[in-house]
Amino acid sequence: MAERMGFFTDTSICIGCKACEVACKEWNQLPDDGFLFQATSYDNTVALGASTWRHVAFIEQQPVWTPEGETGDPLRIGPDGRWLMSSDVCKHCTHAGCLDVCPTGALFRTEFDTVVVQPDICNGCGYCVPACPFGVIDRREDDGRAWKCTMCYDRQRGGLEPACAKACPTDSIQFGPLDELRERAAGRVAALHAEGRTEARLYGESPGDGVGGMGAFFLLLDEPEVYGLPPDPVVPTRDLPAMWRWAGAAALTMVGAVAVSFLGAAVGSGGGSGRSAGSSGSRAFEQVRGVRGVLVRGVRRFGGFGGSPPAGWLPMRRFQGRGR
Amino acid sequence: MAECHPVGFQWVVEARARGAKVFHVDPRYTRTSALADRYTQIRAGSDIVLLGALINHVLSNELDFREYVLAYTNASTIVSEDYRDTEDLDGLFSGFDHETRSYDPASWSYEGAPEEAAAGERAEQVEGGRAHARTAGPDQYGAGGAAALPRPAADPTLRHPRCVYQILKRHFARYTAETVEELCGVSREDFAELAEAITANSGRERTTTWVYSVGWTQHTVGVQYIRTASILQLLLGNIGRPGGGILALRGHASIQGSTDIPTLFNILPGYLPMPHAHRNETLDDYLARAGGDTGFWGRKRAYMVSLLKAWWGDAATEENGFRFDHLPRLTGDHGHYNTVMGQIDGTVKGYFVVGENPAVGSSGGRAQRFGLANLDWLVVRDLALVETATFWKDGPELETGEMRTEEIGTEVFFLPAASHVEKEGTFTNTQRLLQWREKALDPPGDCRSDLWFYYHLGRLIRERVTSEERDLPLRELTWDYPEEGEHREPSASAVLREIGGVGADGQALSAYTELEPDGSTRCGCWIYCGVYADEVNQAARRRPGREQNPEALEWGWAWPANRRILYNRASADPEGRPWSERKAYMYWDEERGEWAGPDVPDFEKNKRPDYRPPENAAAEDALSGIDPFIMQTDGKGWLFAPAGLSDGPLPAHYEPFESPVRNSLYGQQCNPGLRTYPRPESPYNPERSPRFPYVLTTYRLTEHHTAGAMSRPLAYLAELQPELFCEMSPTLAADLGLANGDWATIVTSRTAIEARVLVTERVRPLRIQGRVVHQIGLPYHWGWGSGGLVTGDVTNDLLPIALDPNVYIQESKATTCDVRPGRRPRGGDLLAMMEEYRHG
Amino acid sequence: MAGGGWFARWPVIRQLRGQDGRGDAARSARTDALRPRVEEADSVARSVCPYCAVGCGQLVYVKDGKVSQIEGDPDSPISRGRLCPKGSASKQLVTHAGRQTAVLYRRPYGTEWEPLDLDTAMDMIADRVLRTRRDTWQQEHEGRVVRRTLGIASLGGATLDNEENYLMKKLYTALGAIQVENQARI
Repeated sequence: MAERMGFFTDTSICIGCKACEVACKEWNQLPDDGFLFQATSYDNTVALGASTWRHVAFIEQQPVWTPEGETGDPLRIGPDGRWLMSSDVCKHCTHAGCLDVCPTGALFRTEFDTVVVQPDICNGCGYCVPACPFGVIDRREDDGRAWKCTMCYDRQRGGLEPACAKACPTDSIQFGPLDELRERAAGRVAALHAEGRTEARLYGESPGDGVGGMGAFFLLLDEPEVYGLPPDPVVPTRDLPAMWRWAGAAALTMVGAVAVSFLGAAVGSGGGSGRSAGSSGSRAFEQVRGVRGVLVRGVRRFGGFGGSPPAGWLPMRRFQGRGR
Repeated sequence: MAECHPVGFQWVVEARARGAKVFHVDPRYTRTSALADRYTQIRAGSDIVLLGALINHVLSNELDFREYVLAYTNASTIVSEDYRDTEDLDGLFSGFDHETRSYDPASWSYEGAPEEAAAGERAEQVEGGRAHARTAGPDQYGAGGAAALPRPAADPTLRHPRCVYQILKRHFARYTAETVEELCGVSREDFAELAEAITANSGRERTTTWVYSVGWTQHTVGVQYIRTASILQLLLGNIGRPGGGILALRGHASIQGSTDIPTLFNILPGYLPMPHAHRNETLDDYLARAGGDTGFWGRKRAYMVSLLKAWWGDAATEENGFRFDHLPRLTGDHGHYNTVMGQIDGTVKGYFVVGENPAVGSSGGRAQRFGLANLDWLVVRDLALVETATFWKDGPELETGEMRTEEIGTEVFFLPAASHVEKEGTFTNTQRLLQWREKALDPPGDCRSDLWFYYHLGRLIRERVTSEERDLPLRELTWDYPEEGEHREPSASAVLREIGGVGADGQALSAYTELEPDGSTRCGCWIYCGVYADEVNQAARRRPGREQNPEALEWGWAWPANRRILYNRASADPEGRPWSERKAYMYWDEERGEWAGPDVPDFEKNKRPDYRPPENAAAEDALSGIDPFIMQTDGKGWLFAPAGLSDGPLPAHYEPFESPVRNSLYGQQCNPGLRTYPRPESPYNPERSPRFPYVLTTYRLTEHHTAGAMSRPLAYLAELQPELFCEMSPTLAADLGLANGDWATIVTSRTAIEARVLVTERVRPLRIQGRVVHQIGLPYHWGWGSGGLVTGDVTNDLLPIALDPNVYIQESKATTCDVRPGRRPRGGDLLAMMEEYRHG
Repeated sequence: MAGGGWFARWPVIRQLRGQDGRGDAARSARTDALRPRVEEADSVARSVCPYCAVGCGQLVYVKDGKVSQIEGDPDSPISRGRLCPKGSASKQLVTHAGRQTAVLYRRPYGTEWEPLDLDTAMDMIADRVLRTRRDTWQQEHEGRVVRRTLGIASLGGATLDNEENYLMKKLYTALGAIQVENQARI
């Protein structure tokens, strides 16, 4: 595997311009989110979701004005007044819950050590959605499939940096080898501390955190909750190996049923539509998707059996709802 | 800057990382404020008080960069004893005629001017005499501005009571931290911090820059805002030096180019004034009155004759005054708002609107639309069906019943335009840099470039001309550009080459100094001369920035002469040495006998610092080796402007035309020369009216562009800011019973519009003259059409048509309004409510 | 299809074979084929953003006669490859559904748009310009020669190219039209 690539988002120089949101959408040709005024500072796209893979949060922190002024000076905006802006994105976790629970292989870990959904494989089972401790991955209403930031996997394959990082006017979003970014980020925090801005801290850079470190980490100027980020995210699949064996065994028991279903699907669609099993690669491929659907339904049923699921396989509270 | 020029702001972020301190002064707390070291809220329309107090701080503490000020400005110049200041006349300068509401600037001139001037007309043009009284706008003088004596009487000790320095001291003495607090709502502590920072950061070792945008220009005193900043920067030695300057952040891709090669009524390409019927009968009259003869403006005959030759070619000869008579003549203000009144009155019958949208984009939108509805014909060229093209079927006046589609006689042609990627050509950016765009693909369908449209329209018109004298300028016009492709697109590079100029041998010229007054050279815009030097499109140069020094002289081409910092002679001391190692830029290289440094010197390359002009020297020869401001007749930076401005030789604070505040500095409430159009289509809010108690300012958001035609149809932008909103403080919202997200109606004398309410502590009430004044803010990106995915009421409909007397720019940044909870009334109810506001 | 056909590539099978289903084993053929689409562009034009006056460099990629991507030009010493949200949305500016590509005509007192041929429109406009100019011509005003028309006005946007502004001013001046204005006034 090549060097692990990542994002370092330095929110101390974010100007909230949303170039990242737009550049991401243009490159990835994502649908719009609708046109609703939210009256939440300058944010109208609300949160990360299936069609917003970069999202800029706006947090207004201004002292309350009173006729006398809280400092006795009615005219001065105190130094504590801040308007925080931060571009959120998929964290591409070291231990990625979404990836762990994906039963179809739609989610995979790339050669850049990023986590990507393959839309040609995803069938919309939605398992990944509650498995993300950040509430990042989301299903699209129209096609049901799950979508999220790919860290511009296609661009990276051609040696290009992701669209958001390229567009970012102030370099608030930096892309590069994760090790380098971590070093740079540590330097940046030290510099800010030296300026007296001791509130600066990193979020997600530590391999020791609950997701094993994030491929996309942040420099924040306040507590993570302020930005809508979980303070102590934990991958819901912490006992992954045990769980994977469990799921694998379950899948094995389904093979017979799968095979039957596959044949049934082939026969069932073989008439008027002209499809026949194995007649060509592409047609067969489409049918495989159907088979996967069966498999997924099996797993889903299985998952619904109750009993004692693996530790950590718990629906996580979403920190950021879609809000509408 | 972060808000409207985000990519430019990367350099501020970078400067800050290197230790620069950033102050942001703005009526609203924006995305720029969020990244500034200090944000200072100011009442919209009060900036001259703040800047004036900074000047006073510099002068009263003698913090000016004295060596720079003495050598490079007119601080020591002695002014006529006839001059009376606003200090003497309670807010007016000497020479004001109350009847015509205009100034005769004769008394502002330098001492001795009339005596020393040759005679007659020369006296008029040299000292800013009576001729200025008629039309004292700067448009009369072109790029050089008005003339002043090249070697006036001066007192280098700066003690003479009538020297500019002392006049300035007296004039600005009343601009104090207390007045700043009282009129701007800025605390004394914040003012002190700002004053300390800018003075500590100026001088030999350091420079400070001021960055502004239309927040400074769109006022009835807009020109004087910029003048105030210029005075401050000259006093601090911050002009012509790296890291200095007053940087205008222009808001459109080629708005700089649109002034350089103007589609503006009062100037010709290169800031040559349009001729005036009464002053400029002949070419010689024109040249005698279009500013002075010293400095580089002294070559104006070469610039003008080369332009006439570019336009009328061989038909323009010495004998016929190079066809100067082919130029139509002005008789006054023929500007945008005046034109709209002409439309309403029926004198203007045909109107071309090209990539512009006045129905929603200009102040007083109702007047604009009444004008459009009274035309014979209207041609609109744009990417989408902008409101200006569709007002007759969906304008707001149809809803109120003031207009009916079937009663609107305007014939409308909508011609779809090519986008920026579907044509080639140059934009001139905010740094005067021309950048050539390559064409990516052909435009779709009937879409064509505006170059195509005007070229073919000209061709068709020329096919129809008669032998009448009136048509002679059309018959003789040079109009033979090579055509390319199946659409017969005229060659943009051929046009650029004509702009850049050719010599007698037909070869492209390399610099404006090669232009001749005898008709042997042709040049469409003298300041762009050299853009096609060596027969190479210099604007298309693309040597990557990373392979060059920061000036990047091989990326595009900056006018004039590819200079990146104007007046950069001032980056060296009078002897030609860098002011300091830290701020070294251009310097005199004695060994090579030339000015050297990373930029193109904005000076004659081989003029020695110790050069002193002989008597009667002309043009640039009349300027000495220590005169960096080479377009000025005296080569000096003008702290005091003895001529050329309509509203005074020095800036004075006047309240916006519509203001809730009394001008406590002078008896004179607002700019005495401002222009208004009081008529039913253009009503005004009374001054300090309790019906309109709030200050209203308007602005842009990062996510949109101007009136929205280039952003509202784009899903990825529209979703980011889908609806018009009104920003207000929690205090005002509570007073009005409004909650975040509610609807509010904003009212001025013009009309009422509705917007969603965004309640935020970022908007703060101000304490002005001891009472609380509320400001509200409205972005102006919405309208009802333009193919917008999002629509909304038109903010510009609220604004008054009150203009700066120098440049006729409208006051859109500071006015007054009322705010009511809930949505606005519809139809006739809206008219009824407006009647009540105007007369109730 | 490589690797033994679709069945062998089926993630479940690969996972059962002991490959890690979360890594290479899960890759589909589509994933393997992914490349940045700009690599397939037929041409790329070096352009400049049409919004504000910073003048950021843009690279305009064209594929099959359509703009396939617009992004920042890293060579630009002004913008260094970066773009704001408007610059980043430029592809939509040139491709959005609201863009008009046909001439439209509204006759006086008409209630609807009508189609009109471009050449016809040009002829009609040229005729109207000359007619209005003739009807409103001022040879003299207050005893002075002015040779102009106050019947024709123009207002241009500031996204016009220099070359366009130049031809406009040149033609209008030759016509004697002086009320020629621009966003730069506003």
